[in-house]
Amino acid sequence: MIKKTVENVREACAGIEDGMTFMLGGFGLCGIPENIIGELVRRNVKDITCISNNAGVDDFGLGLLLKKHQIRKMISSYVGENAEFERQMLSGEMEVELIPQGTLAQRCEAARSGIPAFFTPAGYGTEVAEGKESREFHGKMHVMEKAFEADFSFVKAWKGDEAGNLIFKGTARNFNPAMCGAGKITVAEVEELVPAGTLDPNHIHIPGIFVQRIFKGERYEKRIEQRTVRKR
Amino acid sequence: MALSKEQIAQRIAKEVKDGYYVNLGIGIPTLVANFVRGDISVEFQSENGILGMGPFPFEGEEDADLINAGKQTITALPGASFFDSAMSFGMIRGQHVDLTILGAMEVSQNGDIANWKIPGKLVKGMGGAMDLVASAENIIVAMMHTNREGESKLLKSCSLPLTGVKCVKKIVSNLAVLEIIDGKFHLLERAPGVSVEEIKQATEGDLVIDGEIPEMNL
Repeated sequence: MIKKTVENVREACAGIEDGMTFMLGGFGLCGIPENIIGELVRRNVKDITCISNNAGVDDFGLGLLLKKHQIRKMISSYVGENAEFERQMLSGEMEVELIPQGTLAQRCEAARSGIPAFFTPAGYGTEVAEGKESREFHGKMHVMEKAFEADFSFVKAWKGDEAGNLIFKGTARNFNPAMCGAGKITVAEVEELVPAGTLDPNHIHIPGIFVQRIFKGERYEKRIEQRTVRKR
Repeated sequence: MALSKEQIAQRIAKEVKDGYYVNLGIGIPTLVANFVRGDISVEFQSENGILGMGPFPFEGEEDADLINAGKQTITALPGASFFDSAMSFGMIRGQHVDLTILGAMEVSQNGDIANWKIPGKLVKGMGGAMDLVASAENIIVAMMHTNREGESKLLKSCSLPLTGVKCVKKIVSNLAVLEIIDGKFHLLERAPGVSVEEIKQATEGDLVIDGEIPEMNL
């Protein structure tokens, strides 16, 4: 067994520097690496490029990095629900690249899997395709998209073991698996960290080979963005 | 009378057939789930990673790890499954999802759709809409026929940045059900009490009216 555990979030984030590109898992506030985001805020790392489907809300998730002007560029598919984000985008303080959600996921997966580029029909004929190569396959036009290049992938899983094997819960899975192994170093924070041999290998979602560092998050707020309920 | 948002959803629900996997967009499309017949088997896909999406949870049973693409808390029905975003869009691009229902700001008579950006105004992003419209075989657009100023949203060509080209085949608006065939809107049904003349007035694009147009059955 190759051990991937580190003591805490500080050790997990060793080597991060200004100007780096980070991938961060999560959909809205669901399944985001809360403890790592807290550490990025604490270290005040600047000029970062974030690849993340969304940008958090004003006072939680990536919104915390935005507030301190730590983000130079965001690559996302949807960035509503965040007033500070809008302000920085419209004033030009921050660069924003909006791309189709499936393309975002596939560019992560491609980076992990050694596929430098791929063709997708998404965005053909729109401004997303401008400046990109397009080709016809099976009578339909497709756009060439490239794998991401990132320094770190920061992901959140439900359970993990010392070997870095990960299991996700519910829709908190989202972009986390595709980002594992997509950055040069993948750091996973988990709610439960168990000894190797505890998790059934049949139930592992992401094998430890894609994870370099794993730690148990100190606390999880797991904020709900839209609390919707029905009457009994 | 023009249809309410609920009635648009109710009319679209009739297009959902037994055995369909369906992706519902945010807004009116989300309401469609409330009107699908109880005697057919349908599974709803939410692109953030669930098939077999159920209704909102009972109060006190919300789970922060279980949301839909609109970030609302939801439940999972028996037979549901979770998966990651890459697989989710594999389902969509690979045309395993039978029906996509989404909203639009504008639709053109050749089937182009615009629903993600108003230049100079707030830009929130396309989310999964570009992947959905580029791949789905069967797309139904739920929309208002005109904007607040009364201007048509069914146009000869879209004025807003496009989400996808030549992809919309069917539209259910507050005034009518229309199909796009050979670069023209074809009027299929009228909202109860809405005249063909009113629909003509509200449609800027070319509108084909073939014979008697029935009122829709809700």
